[in-house]
Amino acid sequence: MDSLLQVRNLTKKFGENTILDGISLDVSQGEVVVLVGPSGCGKSTLLRCMNGLEPIQGGEILLDGQKIEKGSKELTKIRQKIGMVFQSYDLFPHLKVLDNITLAPIKVQKRDKQDAEKEARELLVRVGLEDKADSYPRELSGGQKQRVAIVRALIMQPEVMLFDEVTAALDPEMVREVLDVILQLARQGKTMVIVTHEMAFAQAIADRILFLEGGHIQEDSDPDTFFTNPKTERAKQFLQMFTFEK
Amino acid sequence: MPDLGLEVLFKGINALRLLQGLWTALRISLISVVISMPLGILLGSLMTLKNPVLKVILRVYLEFIRIMPQLVLLFIVFFGSTAAFGVNLSGELSSIIVFSLWGTAEMGDLVRGALISIPVHQYESSEALGLSKIQMYRYIIIPQTVRRLIPLSINLITRMIKTTSLVLMIGVIEVLKVAQQIIEANRMSSPNAAFGIYLTVFVLYFLACWPISMLAKYFEKKWRDA
Repeated sequence: MDSLLQVRNLTKKFGENTILDGISLDVSQGEVVVLVGPSGCGKSTLLRCMNGLEPIQGGEILLDGQKIEKGSKELTKIRQKIGMVFQSYDLFPHLKVLDNITLAPIKVQKRDKQDAEKEARELLVRVGLEDKADSYPRELSGGQKQRVAIVRALIMQPEVMLFDEVTAALDPEMVREVLDVILQLARQGKTMVIVTHEMAFAQAIADRILFLEGGHIQEDSDPDTFFTNPKTERAKQFLQMFTFEK
Repeated sequence: MPDLGLEVLFKGINALRLLQGLWTALRISLISVVISMPLGILLGSLMTLKNPVLKVILRVYLEFIRIMPQLVLLFIVFFGSTAAFGVNLSGELSSIIVFSLWGTAEMGDLVRGALISIPVHQYESSEALGLSKIQMYRYIIIPQTVRRLIPLSINLITRMIKTTSLVLMIGVIEVLKVAQQIIEANRMSSPNAAFGIYLTVFVLYFLACWPISMLAKYFEKKWRDA
Protein backbone atom coordinates (compact mmCIF):
# COMPACT_ATOMS: atom_id res chain seq x y z
CA MET A 1 0.00 0.00 0.00
CA ASP A 2 1.13 3.52 -0.74
CA SER A 3 1.74 5.66 2.27
CA LEU A 4 -0.32 8.81 2.34
CA LEU A 5 1.31 10.50 5.27
CA GLN A 6 5.02 10.15 5.93
CA VAL A 7 6.92 11.33 8.96
CA ARG A 8 10.69 11.21 8.51
CA ASN A 9 13.04 11.52 11.45
CA LEU A 10 10.94 14.23 13.12
CA THR A 11 12.53 16.18 15.96
CA LYS A 12 10.54 18.59 18.06
CA LYS A 13 11.87 20.62 20.98
CA PHE A 14 10.31 23.05 23.38
CA GLY A 15 13.34 25.11 24.32
CA GLU A 16 15.97 22.66 25.53
CA ASN A 17 13.38 19.98 26.07
CA THR A 18 13.25 17.34 23.34
CA ILE A 19 9.68 16.14 23.00
CA LEU A 20 9.97 14.07 19.84
CA ASP A 21 13.33 12.52 19.11
CA GLY A 22 13.65 11.34 15.55
CA ILE A 23 10.20 9.89 14.96
CA SER A 24 9.44 8.14 11.68
CA LEU A 25 6.16 6.63 10.66
CA ASP A 26 3.98 5.95 7.64
CA VAL A 27 0.23 6.08 7.43
CA SER A 28 -1.31 4.29 4.47
CA GLN A 29 -4.45 5.17 2.60
CA GLY A 30 -7.47 3.98 4.60
CA GLU A 31 -5.47 3.10 7.67
CA VAL A 32 -6.52 3.97 11.22
CA VAL A 33 -3.49 4.63 13.42
CA VAL A 34 -3.99 5.19 17.13
CA LEU A 35 -1.32 6.89 19.22
CA VAL A 36 -1.25 5.96 22.88
CA GLY A 37 1.15 6.69 25.68
CA PRO A 38 1.46 8.37 29.06
CA SER A 39 0.59 12.05 29.50
CA GLY A 40 3.30 14.32 28.20
CA CYS A 41 4.81 11.71 25.91
CA GLY A 42 4.33 14.00 22.94
CA LYS A 43 1.49 12.25 21.15
CA SER A 44 -0.61 15.40 20.86
CA THR A 45 2.47 17.35 19.81
CA LEU A 46 3.13 14.80 17.07
CA LEU A 47 -0.43 15.24 15.83
CA ARG A 48 -0.13 19.02 15.89
CA CYS A 49 3.11 18.81 13.89
CA MET A 50 1.23 16.78 11.27
CA ASN A 51 -0.97 19.81 10.69
CA GLY A 52 1.79 22.40 10.77
CA LEU A 53 0.59 23.92 14.04
CA GLU A 54 4.00 23.49 15.63
CA PRO A 55 7.39 24.48 14.24
CA ILE A 56 9.71 21.48 14.03
CA GLN A 57 13.44 21.35 14.62
CA GLY A 58 14.35 18.48 12.36
CA GLY A 59 13.09 15.96 9.85
CA GLU A 60 10.08 16.36 7.62
CA ILE A 61 6.43 15.51 7.29
CA LEU A 62 4.92 14.77 3.90
CA LEU A 63 1.33 14.39 2.79
CA ASP A 64 1.02 13.07 -0.76
CA GLY A 65 4.69 13.96 -1.11
CA GLN A 66 4.05 17.60 -0.18
CA LYS A 67 5.92 19.03 2.74
CA ILE A 68 3.98 20.21 5.78
CA GLU A 69 5.82 23.03 7.44
CA LYS A 70 4.70 25.85 9.72
CA GLY A 71 5.12 29.16 7.98
CA SER A 72 5.31 27.79 4.42
CA LYS A 73 3.17 29.38 1.74
CA GLU A 74 1.68 26.12 0.58
CA LEU A 75 0.50 25.27 4.07
CA THR A 76 -3.07 26.58 3.79
CA LYS A 77 -3.53 24.48 0.65
CA ILE A 78 -2.19 21.30 2.21
CA ARG A 79 -4.19 21.87 5.36
CA GLN A 80 -7.40 21.60 3.37
CA LYS A 81 -6.49 17.95 2.87
CA ILE A 82 -6.11 17.45 6.61
CA GLY A 83 -9.10 17.56 8.92
CA MET A 84 -8.41 18.14 12.57
CA VAL A 85 -10.60 17.91 15.66
CA PHE A 86 -9.28 19.22 18.97
CA GLN A 87 -9.84 18.35 22.60
CA SER A 88 -11.41 21.68 23.49
CA TYR A 89 -14.68 22.47 21.83
CA ASP A 90 -13.35 24.83 19.27
CA LEU A 91 -16.48 25.78 17.35
CA PHE A 92 -16.74 29.45 16.45
CA PRO A 93 -19.10 30.80 19.13
CA HIS A 94 -20.45 33.69 17.05
CA LEU A 95 -21.60 31.50 14.16
CA LYS A 96 -24.56 29.13 13.96
CA VAL A 97 -23.81 25.44 13.55
CA LEU A 98 -24.52 25.55 9.82
CA ASP A 99 -22.26 28.59 9.33
CA ASN A 100 -19.53 26.97 11.40
CA ILE A 101 -19.58 24.08 8.98
CA THR A 102 -19.90 25.98 5.72
CA LEU A 103 -17.45 28.82 6.41
CA ALA A 104 -14.35 27.00 5.19
CA PRO A 105 -15.90 25.33 2.11
CA ILE A 106 -17.39 28.67 1.00
CA LYS A 107 -14.47 30.96 1.80
CA VAL A 108 -11.50 28.65 1.33
CA GLN A 109 -12.67 26.23 -1.35
CA LYS A 110 -14.95 28.83 -2.99
CA ARG A 111 -17.80 26.38 -3.15
CA ASP A 112 -21.33 27.45 -3.92
CA LYS A 113 -23.20 28.44 -0.75
CA GLN A 114 -26.31 26.37 -1.40
CA ASP A 115 -24.27 23.37 -2.40
CA ALA A 116 -22.17 23.61 0.77
CA GLU A 117 -25.23 24.04 2.97
CA LYS A 118 -26.91 21.05 1.39
CA GLU A 119 -23.91 18.87 2.10
CA ALA A 120 -23.60 20.29 5.62
CA ARG A 121 -27.19 19.28 6.36
CA GLU A 122 -26.60 15.80 4.97
CA LEU A 123 -23.55 15.38 7.17
CA LEU A 124 -25.49 16.64 10.18
CA VAL A 125 -28.08 13.93 9.54
CA ARG A 126 -25.30 11.36 9.62
CA VAL A 127 -24.20 12.46 13.08
CA GLY A 128 -27.79 12.81 14.31
CA LEU A 129 -27.81 16.59 14.61
CA GLU A 130 -30.04 17.63 11.72
CA ASP A 131 -32.23 19.71 14.04
CA LYS A 132 -29.28 21.75 15.35
CA ALA A 133 -28.29 23.47 12.10
CA ASP A 134 -29.62 26.83 13.25
CA SER A 135 -28.46 26.61 16.87
CA TYR A 136 -25.50 28.44 18.29
CA PRO A 137 -22.65 26.37 19.77
CA ARG A 138 -23.54 27.54 23.30
CA GLU A 139 -26.89 25.74 22.97
CA LEU A 140 -25.20 22.37 22.38
CA SER A 141 -23.81 19.81 24.79
CA GLY A 142 -20.11 18.93 24.70
CA GLY A 143 -20.72 15.75 22.72
CA GLN A 144 -22.89 17.58 20.21
CA LYS A 145 -20.22 20.25 19.78
CA GLN A 146 -17.59 17.62 19.06
CA ARG A 147 -19.83 15.96 16.47
CA VAL A 148 -20.29 19.33 14.77
CA ALA A 149 -16.52 19.85 14.88
CA ILE A 150 -16.07 16.50 13.13
CA VAL A 151 -18.60 17.47 10.45
CA ARG A 152 -16.86 20.83 10.02
CA ALA A 153 -13.61 19.01 9.29
CA LEU A 154 -15.25 16.34 7.10
CA ILE A 155 -16.97 18.73 4.72
CA MET A 156 -13.55 19.79 3.42
CA GLN A 157 -13.19 16.20 2.15
CA PRO A 158 -9.84 15.75 3.83
CA GLU A 159 -7.57 12.88 2.86
CA VAL A 160 -6.67 12.30 6.47
CA MET A 161 -8.41 13.12 9.74
CA LEU A 162 -6.51 13.91 12.94
CA PHE A 163 -8.27 13.50 16.29
CA ASP A 164 -6.58 15.00 19.32
CA GLU A 165 -8.10 13.51 22.49
CA VAL A 166 -11.53 14.53 21.30
CA THR A 167 -13.34 12.88 24.20
CA ALA A 168 -11.00 13.93 27.00
CA ALA A 169 -13.07 16.96 28.01
CA LEU A 170 -16.45 15.22 27.72
CA ASP A 171 -18.76 13.87 30.38
CA PRO A 172 -18.63 10.07 30.33
CA GLU A 173 -22.14 9.66 28.96
CA MET A 174 -21.26 11.77 25.94
CA VAL A 175 -18.08 9.96 25.01
CA ARG A 176 -19.96 7.17 23.26
CA GLU A 177 -21.88 9.36 20.79
CA VAL A 178 -18.63 10.94 19.60
CA LEU A 179 -16.70 7.68 19.36
CA ASP A 180 -19.53 6.10 17.39
CA VAL A 181 -19.18 8.81 14.75
CA ILE A 182 -15.45 8.10 14.49
CA LEU A 183 -16.08 4.36 14.25
CA GLN A 184 -18.53 5.04 11.44
CA LEU A 185 -15.80 6.95 9.59
CA ALA A 186 -13.35 4.09 10.07
CA ARG A 187 -15.84 1.71 8.47
CA GLN A 188 -16.10 4.03 5.48
CA GLY A 189 -12.36 3.71 5.04
CA LYS A 190 -11.30 7.18 6.13
CA THR A 191 -7.60 7.53 6.87
CA MET A 192 -7.22 8.65 10.47
CA VAL A 193 -4.63 9.33 13.12
CA ILE A 194 -6.15 9.29 16.59
CA VAL A 195 -4.76 10.27 19.96
CA THR A 196 -6.89 8.87 22.77
CA HIS A 197 -6.99 7.67 26.35
CA GLU A 198 -9.96 5.39 25.67
CA MET A 199 -8.21 2.03 25.48
CA ALA A 200 -11.29 -0.01 24.62
CA PHE A 201 -11.99 2.38 21.78
CA ALA A 202 -8.38 2.23 20.61
CA GLN A 203 -8.54 -1.55 20.51
CA ALA A 204 -11.81 -1.52 18.58
CA ILE A 205 -10.92 1.05 15.95
CA ALA A 206 -7.18 0.75 15.32
CA ASP A 207 -5.49 -0.99 12.45
CA ARG A 208 -2.25 -0.15 14.17
CA ILE A 209 -1.32 1.03 17.64
CA LEU A 210 1.72 3.18 18.18
CA PHE A 211 2.98 3.39 21.75
CA LEU A 212 4.90 6.58 22.32
CA GLU A 213 7.17 7.27 25.24
CA GLY A 214 10.27 9.36 25.89
CA GLY A 215 10.10 10.91 22.45
CA HIS A 216 10.31 7.56 20.66
CA ILE A 217 7.86 5.09 19.21
CA GLN A 218 8.40 2.20 21.61
CA GLU A 219 6.01 -0.16 19.99
CA ASP A 220 4.26 -0.41 16.63
CA SER A 221 1.88 -3.31 16.45
CA ASP A 222 -1.63 -4.45 15.65
CA PRO A 223 -4.14 -3.83 18.45
CA ASP A 224 -4.61 -7.46 19.49
CA THR A 225 -0.90 -7.96 20.00
CA PHE A 226 -0.48 -4.68 21.78
CA PHE A 227 -3.29 -5.17 24.26
CA THR A 228 -2.83 -8.88 24.96
CA ASN A 229 0.87 -9.33 24.55
CA PRO A 230 2.85 -6.09 24.55
CA LYS A 231 6.48 -6.46 23.63
CA THR A 232 8.08 -3.83 25.83
CA GLU A 233 8.11 -3.56 29.58
CA ARG A 234 7.06 0.07 29.39
CA ALA A 235 3.96 -0.74 27.40
CA LYS A 236 3.07 -3.44 29.95
CA GLN A 237 3.35 -0.93 32.77
CA PHE A 238 1.30 1.59 30.82
CA LEU A 239 -1.48 -0.89 30.15
CA GLN A 240 -1.57 -1.96 33.78
CA MET A 241 -2.74 1.53 34.68
CA PHE A 242 -6.01 0.76 32.95
CA THR A 243 -6.74 -2.55 34.69
CA PHE A 244 -7.98 -3.04 38.22
CA GLU A 245 -7.55 -6.00 40.51
CA LYS A 246 -9.18 -6.49 43.84
CA MET B 1 -43.92 69.98 48.69
CA PRO B 2 -40.73 71.94 49.40
CA ASP B 3 -39.87 74.85 47.16
CA LEU B 4 -37.34 73.56 44.62
CA GLY B 5 -36.91 76.90 42.96
CA LEU B 6 -37.82 75.35 39.64
CA GLU B 7 -39.47 78.58 38.49
CA VAL B 8 -35.94 79.86 37.82
CA LEU B 9 -35.77 77.47 34.88
CA PHE B 10 -38.51 79.41 33.14
CA LYS B 11 -36.94 82.82 33.67
CA GLY B 12 -35.55 84.25 30.47
CA ILE B 13 -33.75 81.61 28.45
CA ASN B 14 -32.37 79.68 31.41
CA ALA B 15 -33.70 76.30 30.23
CA LEU B 16 -32.24 76.86 26.79
CA ARG B 17 -28.90 77.87 28.30
CA LEU B 18 -28.77 74.64 30.28
CA LEU B 19 -29.44 72.67 27.10
CA GLN B 20 -26.71 74.60 25.32
CA GLY B 21 -24.39 73.75 28.20
CA LEU B 22 -25.33 70.10 27.84
CA TRP B 23 -24.62 70.29 24.14
CA THR B 24 -21.15 71.71 24.87
CA ALA B 25 -20.45 68.77 27.18
CA LEU B 26 -21.77 66.27 24.63
CA ARG B 27 -19.86 67.93 21.80
CA ILE B 28 -16.57 67.64 23.69
CA SER B 29 -17.18 64.02 24.55
CA LEU B 30 -18.49 62.98 21.14
CA ILE B 31 -15.61 64.58 19.22
CA SER B 32 -13.20 62.90 21.64
CA VAL B 33 -14.99 59.58 21.18
CA VAL B 34 -14.76 59.85 17.40
CA ILE B 35 -11.02 60.54 17.69
CA SER B 36 -10.19 58.01 20.38
CA MET B 37 -12.11 54.97 19.07
CA PRO B 38 -10.02 54.41 15.91
CA LEU B 39 -6.81 55.47 17.68
CA GLY B 40 -7.64 53.13 20.57
CA ILE B 41 -8.23 50.24 18.18
CA LEU B 42 -4.85 50.94 16.60
CA LEU B 43 -3.16 51.28 20.00
CA GLY B 44 -4.73 48.07 21.34
CA SER B 45 -3.75 46.09 18.25
CA LEU B 46 -0.19 47.40 18.46
CA MET B 47 -0.05 46.36 22.11
CA THR B 48 -0.68 42.73 21.20
CA LEU B 49 2.38 42.69 18.91
CA LYS B 50 5.46 41.05 20.30
CA ASN B 51 7.76 44.05 19.81
CA PRO B 52 9.29 44.77 23.25
CA VAL B 53 10.23 48.41 22.60
CA LEU B 54 6.78 49.26 21.30
CA LYS B 55 5.25 47.42 24.23
CA VAL B 56 7.15 49.47 26.82
CA ILE B 57 6.39 52.80 25.14
CA LEU B 58 2.68 52.06 24.84
CA ARG B 59 2.52 50.69 28.37
CA VAL B 60 4.11 53.85 29.78
CA TYR B 61 1.65 56.00 27.84
CA LEU B 62 -1.28 53.93 29.04
CA GLU B 63 -0.25 53.91 32.70
CA PHE B 64 0.63 57.61 32.70
CA ILE B 65 -2.74 58.62 31.31
CA ARG B 66 -4.69 56.29 33.55
CA ILE B 67 -2.89 57.16 36.78
CA MET B 68 -3.16 60.92 36.28
CA PRO B 69 -6.46 62.40 37.44
CA GLN B 70 -8.24 63.86 34.43
CA LEU B 71 -8.29 67.24 36.13
CA VAL B 72 -4.50 67.30 36.35
CA LEU B 73 -4.28 66.40 32.68
CA LEU B 74 -6.66 69.25 31.87
CA PHE B 75 -4.52 71.69 33.84
CA ILE B 76 -1.31 70.46 32.21
CA VAL B 77 -2.68 70.91 28.72
CA PHE B 78 -4.61 74.12 29.30
CA PHE B 79 -2.21 76.07 31.52
CA GLY B 80 0.96 74.15 30.74
CA SER B 81 0.75 74.67 26.98
CA THR B 82 0.58 78.41 27.48
CA ALA B 83 3.34 78.51 30.07
CA ALA B 84 5.76 76.19 28.31
CA PHE B 85 5.12 76.81 24.61
CA GLY B 86 3.27 80.10 24.62
CA VAL B 87 0.38 78.48 22.74
CA ASN B 88 -3.01 79.69 23.72
CA LEU B 89 -5.38 76.76 23.48
CA SER B 90 -9.06 77.35 24.12
CA GLY B 91 -10.64 75.50 27.03
CA GLU B 92 -12.75 73.42 24.69
CA LEU B 93 -9.82 72.41 22.48
CA SER B 94 -7.75 71.52 25.57
CA SER B 95 -10.64 69.39 26.80
CA ILE B 96 -10.90 67.58 23.48
CA ILE B 97 -7.15 66.91 23.51
CA VAL B 98 -7.23 65.52 27.06
CA PHE B 99 -10.35 63.44 26.50
CA SER B 100 -8.94 62.03 23.28
CA LEU B 101 -5.66 61.08 24.97
CA TRP B 102 -7.55 59.51 27.83
CA GLY B 103 -10.16 57.80 25.62
CA THR B 104 -7.43 56.40 23.36
CA ALA B 105 -5.62 54.90 26.35
CA GLU B 106 -8.77 53.36 27.83
CA MET B 107 -10.03 52.14 24.48
CA GLY B 108 -6.60 50.72 23.67
CA ASP B 109 -6.65 48.73 26.87
CA LEU B 110 -10.14 47.42 26.13
CA VAL B 111 -9.12 46.38 22.62
CA ARG B 112 -5.98 44.69 23.90
CA GLY B 113 -8.02 42.85 26.53
CA ALA B 114 -10.63 41.75 24.00
CA LEU B 115 -7.99 40.53 21.55
CA ILE B 116 -6.04 38.47 24.06
CA SER B 117 -9.24 37.01 25.49
CA ILE B 118 -9.87 35.15 22.23
CA PRO B 119 -8.73 31.59 23.05
CA VAL B 120 -5.73 30.29 21.14
CA HIS B 121 -7.72 27.36 19.76
CA GLN B 122 -9.93 29.78 17.84
CA TYR B 123 -6.81 30.70 15.88
CA GLU B 124 -5.69 27.09 15.59
CA SER B 125 -8.98 25.69 14.42
CA SER B 126 -9.24 28.46 11.82
CA GLU B 127 -5.77 27.58 10.61
CA ALA B 128 -6.56 23.88 10.61
CA LEU B 129 -9.51 24.56 8.30
CA GLY B 130 -7.14 26.18 5.83
CA LEU B 131 -8.25 29.77 6.38
CA SER B 132 -5.64 32.35 5.42
CA LYS B 133 -4.49 34.91 8.01
CA ILE B 134 -6.74 37.58 6.49
CA GLN B 135 -9.76 35.26 6.39
CA MET B 136 -9.10 34.19 9.96
CA TYR B 137 -9.16 37.78 11.22
CA ARG B 138 -12.07 38.80 9.03
CA TYR B 139 -14.43 35.93 9.77
CA ILE B 140 -13.34 34.61 13.17
CA ILE B 141 -11.19 36.91 15.29
CA ILE B 142 -12.52 40.41 14.55
CA PRO B 143 -16.24 39.51 14.81
CA GLN B 144 -15.63 37.94 18.20
CA THR B 145 -13.49 40.87 19.35
CA VAL B 146 -16.11 43.39 18.28
CA ARG B 147 -18.82 41.53 20.18
CA ARG B 148 -16.77 41.72 23.35
CA LEU B 149 -15.80 45.29 22.71
CA ILE B 150 -19.08 47.03 21.93
CA PRO B 151 -20.65 46.90 25.41
CA LEU B 152 -17.34 47.92 27.01
CA SER B 153 -16.72 50.82 24.67
CA ILE B 154 -20.28 52.08 25.12
CA ASN B 155 -19.64 52.18 28.85
CA LEU B 156 -16.47 54.13 28.16
CA ILE B 157 -18.51 56.67 26.20
CA THR B 158 -20.86 57.28 29.15
CA ARG B 159 -17.84 57.65 31.43
CA MET B 160 -16.41 60.24 29.07
CA ILE B 161 -19.68 62.19 29.00
CA LYS B 162 -19.87 62.22 32.78
CA THR B 163 -16.26 63.29 33.18
CA THR B 164 -16.84 66.41 31.09
CA SER B 165 -18.23 67.95 34.29
CA LEU B 166 -14.56 68.65 35.11
CA VAL B 167 -13.94 70.96 32.18
CA LEU B 168 -15.64 73.87 33.94
CA MET B 169 -12.38 74.06 35.93
CA ILE B 170 -10.59 75.35 32.84
CA GLY B 171 -13.34 77.80 31.99
CA VAL B 172 -15.48 75.82 29.58
CA ILE B 173 -19.11 76.79 29.97
CA GLU B 174 -20.77 73.39 29.99
CA VAL B 175 -23.99 72.32 31.66
CA LEU B 176 -22.73 72.32 35.24
CA LYS B 177 -21.14 75.76 34.86
CA VAL B 178 -24.36 77.16 33.39
CA ALA B 179 -26.23 75.69 36.34
CA GLN B 180 -23.88 77.45 38.77
CA GLN B 181 -24.29 80.73 36.92
CA ILE B 182 -28.08 80.46 37.02
CA ILE B 183 -28.05 79.65 40.71
CA GLU B 184 -25.70 82.54 41.48
CA ALA B 185 -27.73 85.02 39.48
CA ASN B 186 -30.93 84.07 41.31
CA ARG B 187 -29.50 83.73 44.79
CA MET B 188 -31.64 86.61 46.14
CA SER B 189 -34.92 85.97 44.34
CA SER B 190 -34.95 82.15 44.57
CA PRO B 191 -32.57 80.99 47.29
CA ASN B 192 -33.78 77.41 46.83
CA ALA B 193 -32.88 77.23 43.16
CA ALA B 194 -29.69 75.22 43.83
CA PHE B 195 -31.69 72.09 44.46
CA GLY B 196 -34.02 72.46 41.50
CA ILE B 197 -31.30 73.41 39.04
CA TYR B 198 -28.89 70.69 40.08
CA LEU B 199 -31.79 68.27 39.92
CA THR B 200 -32.36 69.42 36.36
CA VAL B 201 -28.68 68.87 35.60
CA PHE B 202 -28.98 65.38 37.04
CA VAL B 203 -31.96 64.67 34.78
CA LEU B 204 -30.10 66.01 31.75
CA TYR B 205 -27.05 63.81 32.40
CA PHE B 206 -29.37 60.90 32.97
CA LEU B 207 -31.20 61.49 29.69
CA ALA B 208 -27.89 61.68 27.85
CA CYS B 209 -26.31 58.57 29.38
CA TRP B 210 -29.21 56.26 30.12
CA PRO B 211 -30.10 55.38 26.49
CA ILE B 212 -26.42 54.70 25.86
CA SER B 213 -26.06 52.33 28.76
CA MET B 214 -29.33 50.64 27.77
CA LEU B 215 -27.77 50.05 24.38
CA ALA B 216 -24.74 48.47 26.06
CA LYS B 217 -27.05 46.19 28.06
CA TYR B 218 -28.89 45.23 24.90
CA PHE B 219 -25.68 44.19 23.13
CA GLU B 220 -24.42 42.37 26.19
CA LYS B 221 -27.58 40.32 26.33
CA LYS B 222 -27.66 39.71 22.61
CA TRP B 223 -24.09 38.40 22.51
CA ARG B 224 -24.05 36.73 25.91
CA ASP B 225 -21.47 34.04 25.22
CA ALA B 226 -20.13 35.02 21.90
